[in-house]
Amino acid sequence: MNPESKKYREKCRQAGLQSFFRDGSIIFLKSGTRAGLLSLAIYLTLAFFCLLSFSACESTSRQNEIIIAGSTSIQPFADEWAELYMEKNSKVTINVQGGGSSGGIMAVKEGTAHIGMSSRELKEDEKDLIEITVAYDGLAIIVHPANPVDNLSLEQVRSIFAGEITNWKVINGSDKAITVVVREEGSGTRGAFQEMVMGPRRISKKAIVEDSNGVVREIVSRDRNSIGFISLGLVDDRVKAIALDGLKPSEEAITQGHYRLRRPFLFLVREEPQGLIKEFIDFVLSDDIQSMLPQEGLIPVKKITAAKGSLTD
Amino acid sequence: MIRPKPNDRLIRLSLLTVALTAITVLAVITIFIFEQGLPVMVKYGLKNFLFGQDWYPSEKSFGLLPMIVGSLLVTLGALLIGVPLGLASAIFLTEFSSRRLSRLLKPVFELLAGIPSVVYGFLGLMFLVPFIRENLGGPGLSVLAASIILGIMILPTIISISIDSIRAVPDSYREGSIALGATKWQTVRMVVLPAARSGLVAGIILGMGRAIGETMAVIMVAGNAADLPASWLAPVRTLTSNIALEMAYASGEHRQALFATGVVLFVIIMILNFLANLAARKQSGR
Repeated sequence: MNPESKKYREKCRQAGLQSFFRDGSIIFLKSGTRAGLLSLAIYLTLAFFCLLSFSACESTSRQNEIIIAGSTSIQPFADEWAELYMEKNSKVTINVQGGGSSGGIMAVKEGTAHIGMSSRELKEDEKDLIEITVAYDGLAIIVHPANPVDNLSLEQVRSIFAGEITNWKVINGSDKAITVVVREEGSGTRGAFQEMVMGPRRISKKAIVEDSNGVVREIVSRDRNSIGFISLGLVDDRVKAIALDGLKPSEEAITQGHYRLRRPFLFLVREEPQGLIKEFIDFVLSDDIQSMLPQEGLIPVKKITAAKGSLTD
Repeated sequence: MIRPKPNDRLIRLSLLTVALTAITVLAVITIFIFEQGLPVMVKYGLKNFLFGQDWYPSEKSFGLLPMIVGSLLVTLGALLIGVPLGLASAIFLTEFSSRRLSRLLKPVFELLAGIPSVVYGFLGLMFLVPFIRENLGGPGLSVLAASIILGIMILPTIISISIDSIRAVPDSYREGSIALGATKWQTVRMVVLPAARSGLVAGIILGMGRAIGETMAVIMVAGNAADLPASWLAPVRTLTSNIALEMAYASGEHRQALFATGVVLFVIIMILNFLANLAARKQSGR
């Protein structure tokens, strides 16, 4: 039968869809099913995305799951704590995500995470959250191991990062231009550095900007004339952490408050922690976990609070 | 009038759905970027955004000029490196090499396109950056490094499109030219290339599009300083790097300013495409 014929078209229109099959025209049947399959595929895809977004919304309200999000400086440690906790409590799932300090603060406020992580102090408009300090971290100023400079005053560091001192010879080094490497705007490490070292001064816009502690360390370990700052816990023998006002950044110097570049690792919650969330936070603050921190370059909370009491300031 | 058959209608409808999905996605992206980016641009002034030289989001200072200049400079540098190399390779492969050699080499060039950009960035960081630092000075992470990496990355696009358009020039043109006493090189320069011009321009436009949109490799080798570069050896930040670098941690107006960066990028790409199309049309009309 010629599918183009007028009669055929009439018939199709009258009999509707059923006629395709009764008619037995192979071309018809094939393209009809193909179109059907196509639209089916589209709807399935759409449905899949709908389901996906629904499950994403619902997952925060699930009973045995804790979602933690925020600072990428804290993330690797939180991952480890979560794993240890889950080993002991197999029914609980703890989901640790990154997103940065600001992202973590927002996530708790909006309720998309149960616990937020921040590696900088909260700003005034963020103070409505409850802060729990889980550890302290030092900030190290690093240079290439071959750099003859190994001590700087806080003022010198400030001038270097502000772009006023641009040559190593000014500070007893070789006659080479200084390559300043910093973190990007919004990162907790940069925020802490800005607050503790720079104060109101701006970090020079000529500075090279990288988006992780690892890359900053990588660049400083390869460029003899560079200087940067990273988490003390991440300093290894590829770079040299310089002394500040004569004090090497060591656990002891930080604990006693002599080495000034110290920042808290904060857990943030919206309301007084209860149930699972409280259990996990207590677990992190327990001696088991806290006593492990020094091996990883962090400083336990208790040591600082004890030392703080004995200090006059 | 021919009425569509019912099953034709069905096919048309489903195809329309598919086509609309693609267009809808584009529309949604455009609306979303503008909806997120425009308010903050209006609030702080379009002029401050486009011509401000200070990018300090934490102090509400959102000058994008260094990034706009950075994107244009790096793209220009990539074209300066990629276009001569790409055209030369294409001319060699089509006009001067033996068939067998060109059949062997063309897939190799096309393989370049299959290498992920992060690999280019990594190689650049490992070899190119130290080389520039030790031999030319500066931090190594620079406009030059980004231009070279991007120049290599756009090669496959330029080469394969150029080859296709040079091959499309009828052999009778070449024969006519040779018959008139022209040398092989004169033939290529005065007959083949002008005849293939619109295709060559299209290849360069596509290469330019790839260069201005590339992000990962550029972040790794450009140094990302948000400052107007003083030389080819100074670090630079492009518009795309600005978004990718800070998106993870940005919130509030900082985040909106990154969307505004996207708006600026969107408009720049539109303008470049428009100019390139205009140039292509002018040439083919002549």
